[in-house]
Amino acid sequence: MDVRHPLDRYLRTDRLPHIWCPGCGIGIAVSSLLRAIDRRVAEGLFTHDEVAAVSGIGCTARATFYLNFDSAHVIHGRAIPFAIGLKLVRPNLKVIVIGGDGDIAAIGGNHLLHAARRNVDLTVVMVNNMIYGMTGGQVAPTTPPNVYTTTTPSGNYEYAINIVKLLSALNVNYLARASVTHPHILERYLYTALGKEGLAFVEVISPCPEVFGRHIGYRDPVELFKKFKSMIKYEERPSLDKSDITLNLDKEVVIGEFVNSSRESFIKIIDRLGR
Amino acid sequence: MRALLGSVKALNGAEAVAYAVKQSNVDVISAYPITPQTIIVERLSEFVANGEIHAEYVNVESEHSALSTCMGAAAAGARTFTATSSQGLALMWELLYVTSGLRLPVVMAVVNRALSAPINIHCDHSDSIGARDSGWIQFYVENSQEAYDTVIQAFKIAEHSDIQLPVMVNLDGFHISHTLENVNILPDQVVSDFVGFRKPANVRVEYLGREVPAVLDGVTPISLGIIALSDYYYEFKMMLVDAIDKVKSVIKEVHNDYLKVSWRGYGDGLIDPYGVDGADIVLVIMGSAAGTVKYVVKKLLESGLRVGVLRLRTFRPFPYEEVVKVLSGVKVIGVMDRATSPGAYGAPLFNELRSALYDLDSRPTVVNFIYGIGGRDLEPLTVKRICEKLLEFGRGVKPASYVEYVGVRR
Ligand SMILES: Cc1ncc(C[n+]2csc(CCOP(=O)(O)OP(=O)(O)O)c2C)c(N)n1
Repeated sequence: MDVRHPLDRYLRTDRLPHIWCPGCGIGIAVSSLLRAIDRRVAEGLFTHDEVAAVSGIGCTARATFYLNFDSAHVIHGRAIPFAIGLKLVRPNLKVIVIGGDGDIAAIGGNHLLHAARRNVDLTVVMVNNMIYGMTGGQVAPTTPPNVYTTTTPSGNYEYAINIVKLLSALNVNYLARASVTHPHILERYLYTALGKEGLAFVEVISPCPEVFGRHIGYRDPVELFKKFKSMIKYEERPSLDKSDITLNLDKEVVIGEFVNSSRESFIKIIDRLGR
Repeated sequence: MRALLGSVKALNGAEAVAYAVKQSNVDVISAYPITPQTIIVERLSEFVANGEIHAEYVNVESEHSALSTCMGAAAAGARTFTATSSQGLALMWELLYVTSGLRLPVVMAVVNRALSAPINIHCDHSDSIGARDSGWIQFYVENSQEAYDTVIQAFKIAEHSDIQLPVMVNLDGFHISHTLENVNILPDQVVSDFVGFRKPANVRVEYLGREVPAVLDGVTPISLGIIALSDYYYEFKMMLVDAIDKVKSVIKEVHNDYLKVSWRGYGDGLIDPYGVDGADIVLVIMGSAAGTVKYVVKKLLESGLRVGVLRLRTFRPFPYEEVVKVLSGVKVIGVMDRATSPGAYGAPLFNELRSALYDLDSRPTVVNFIYGIGGRDLEPLTVKRICEKLLEFGRGVKPASYVEYVGVRR
């Protein structure tokens, strides 16, 4: 009997197995995204064929290679502008951008700012493993202070970027932080994000045991996962003041919906102007 | 025999580059990680963190920022270094021309890697070959040892008072960057004495009526990045052309000085011929595959065939006089390019070489072999077949095509 997972239809299964290491959180992020998409498809908000996925380069960005949608795996940092072009020509598509914190917040940070400012109709999923995973564990702008990485061998002495706070200043329509350690909440946020017009952004906290965990003293993926899980604090509507990620043992990483609003979106504005 | 100066370390090419930088009194390093360059930045981060070098290391958010930071630091008078590959070099593009135009002697290691799309992490030269018109000096090395030696020389060449130009040291991704070899390392003091510390060149400022250091030093205000339209732009470009024309003699001079301290040299510093004297056919190549070619050529020489290899160490400046000199009299030449130039008649090395040979009284047959694209392996057997073909051309067979793509499915 050919038993297939119900989500297999959204995957190019012939390309599996994937490249993600055992204990990596990206798989949970992607499967949560697929469940959220499946629910939206079942509701009739869009069809399977109306989903498009765009990514840059990185472990997370590799997702588009496995997803059975119209998809593009472009260059490091440029997924968002590519996705904007796609959305403008095919406004009926649900365009999803998925990528790592380096891809979306470092090298591509400027594009994120301006897509947010314009409130472009995109669902942006940023998997934050606080490190450049694909290149082997170098410091990222999201790396918390004092953490050892291969390019900060005596500890990171820079301040980390807080993307949630940054995007809140740009009035995006949806802004949430989730964690792969809490997949139901993660799926709910992705589901909500997929239902929004304008820019919907979900940051996904995710453990990278291979090149992050072992440097912070958690070589064992299960231990790292437990550590992350213990740090996460869920709040329904957290205040932005609580959004910093320090990874101090005594500090929590707050997940929740920070912004949920309905400003007129980029595509709506264009439509209104009759262009 | 003279006793070896320094020590021998097992290093891959990327580590050899980092080690050379560590010894070269660099002030500011700024880079963004990319495969296969990453090892360079990781080792340098360690050296800085351990206090083994007194340089600032800046972890920037992209290659565009990496080179910009080096430019700012170089403009302030610092000795600077960066490293990248492929897409990273592509992202630096805008700055490449500005670095040379502002005459900032930045040194950069490029670990050669194919460009997207499709995505590929393996070696070819399309990244740096594409940058050939940017006004940067370009070296292509054959192995880790040469990577080490060339980086040290690069600082001296870049900062030479007649030159003041950025230098790109290219090493083949993985073939060199990730291959462990025994590398002779000079003592720290020897390298330090050889490269010294950066001494900014002076520039005559008309409105001051005197010469001042051409740096933003907080002493004498100068302004960088002026506008020069149709009235002066050409003169600035001409100064760049004239400066890079002087580079060949400086490379030879620095190469010679280095030979004296290290007892290591590569031809005359510009070209590295092997078996070319009296050869019927010669293969011209750059980078690590020269090793494979030499291996085959050596066997052919042993079997009595007159075959040679000419490895170019610099592509910018293009050593056309030197090349013409050693190749005049050779009847058949095969030019091995590791980059494509879609739509062109052959790839860049072929074009430049063939053009340089045009003025010879009796022109040789010159055929282009494009190989190794996206890391496609160049096997000794393929090189042997190429040599056999060239020998046939030498016997009067006319090439069916002057541009051949080897080792590819069509
Ligand atoms: C222009 C450019 N610079 C650098 C790289 C090398 N590179 C590939 S992925 C990556 C960062 C990966 O980190 P992140 O985006 O956080 O994703 P992750 O792998 O952690 O999922 C880098 C630096 C590249 N591909 N292109």
